[in-house]
Amino acid sequence: MIEMFDVWKTYPNGTHALKGINVRIEKSEFVYVVGPSGAGKSTFIKLMYREEKPTKGQIFLGGFNVSRIKESQIPLVRRSIGVVFQDFKLLPTLTVYENVAFAMEVIEAPKKQIKPRVMDVLGLVKLKHKAKMLPNELSGGEQQRVALARALVNNPGIIIADEPTGNLDPDTSWEIMNLFEEINQRGTTVVMATHNREIVNTMRKRVIAIENGQIVRDEQRGEYGYEA
Amino acid sequence: MKLRTLGRHIREGVKNISRNGWMTFASVSAVTITLLILGVFLLLAMNVDYIAKTVERQVEINVSLDLLADEDAIKEVEGKLRSLSNVDKVTFVPKEEGLEKLRESFKEQAYLLDGLEEENPLPDKFVVKAKKPQDTAAIAAQIKTFEHVESVVYGEGHVEKLFVITDIIRNVGLVFIILLSFTAMFLIANTIKLTIVARRREIEIMKLVGATNWFIRWPFFIEGLIMGVSGALIPIILLSVGYYFLLEAARTTPIFADTLLPLFPLVYQVALILVAIGAFIGIWGSLVSVRRFLRV
Repeated sequence: MIEMFDVWKTYPNGTHALKGINVRIEKSEFVYVVGPSGAGKSTFIKLMYREEKPTKGQIFLGGFNVSRIKESQIPLVRRSIGVVFQDFKLLPTLTVYENVAFAMEVIEAPKKQIKPRVMDVLGLVKLKHKAKMLPNELSGGEQQRVALARALVNNPGIIIADEPTGNLDPDTSWEIMNLFEEINQRGTTVVMATHNREIVNTMRKRVIAIENGQIVRDEQRGEYGYEA
Repeated sequence: MKLRTLGRHIREGVKNISRNGWMTFASVSAVTITLLILGVFLLLAMNVDYIAKTVERQVEINVSLDLLADEDAIKEVEGKLRSLSNVDKVTFVPKEEGLEKLRESFKEQAYLLDGLEEENPLPDKFVVKAKKPQDTAAIAAQIKTFEHVESVVYGEGHVEKLFVITDIIRNVGLVFIILLSFTAMFLIANTIKLTIVARRREIEIMKLVGATNWFIRWPFFIEGLIMGVSGALIPIILLSVGYYFLLEAARTTPIFADTLLPLFPLVYQVALILVAIGAFIGIWGSLVSVRRFLRV
């Protein structure tokens, strides 16, 4: 599903964010990406959805060579990925329903499919009853569920999450994690960068630890491994 | 692009305009002022051009023959004049006709010329017009070398100066119009940039879920187009009304009568030019501003 071969990333200011990453993530895997701040986690995540381009090396994702892809092909890659962020990135002027439908509208999905599909994913994240509310009328956990619904609405094969529980209290974090687990059970690959020690140690999954731009540990059912 | 999507883009573009009401107002005002100045200059330039062309058209070469020229010689000179490549029209003015014209211009004092019919002192003349007024001097020089040609007069010096002046006015006008257009473009580009900054999040999300660049660009494209074209409306109305009254005023002032271009089709031409430039400014401005935000 996702493969990286000797991937390097050097930013224009000279920072070496990644130094020779080799990794293979299979379809339907659930992977935590852990490591200290500034170790290269975010860069690793951003390379997957082509927010950043590798300086060197090859990245394959769902049949695309993301490192070699043409500018005009990027939207196609993005349509096969759902992305969730720490700060939700919802549009404040749109309702819950509109925020989710937006993701389908901009890829020109047939109008007839939009409503049933949006209500479907809102059902999955248990927010059907709040479809007409605005994001600022919701709690943080609910907002993240809307973001997750938006990431899922176009049926991506992969969900990439950058610290999705970073802004949430422990109880709400678990709600969100259970949703991710459920999505993963349905066959969607999940790659999640996280600082949440409790979650990683409890909901055991594959753990990739990145330090200083390199993968220092890659274990199935691994531990968080850092002091909180 | 699907037709349904085009509808969405137009709706979004219009929505953007009302959503960013004040910034749009500022943009449109900038375009309005620029196009107004541009339009005034355009009217001025077109009229100066028209007047210059009228004056140019009146430039003639007077070719006087010497007194020895008999009928054969006259025929010969006429043939030579007609064979010149840049000559548009050759008119023969026999000395009798010349005297008649002189008489007319003397009006009441015409009696002074009485008795000259017998010993007409005027030479036979040709009046030559060049195809292109700018060639007048060169043609005159050629004619001077012909046999039986006594003198060649065409307002030497003055004509050249006139041509230099009309050329300068045309070029300065052109430079002015280009500079003003660029100013307006930068103003509108800047304003759209502000609207885009306000919607940065929206664009970011659109890109993240896989919208194509053109899908993101279209509403801004339409927004710019609407702003540019509506910026042309007020200048077109003001210039048409203003020019109408200018013509009215000119009609009652003898020296200006018939020297200015008529209202139609001039206002149509100016309106078309202003709408085209407004649209171009708007589209260019919007695309330039969007480009920066699409690079991710």
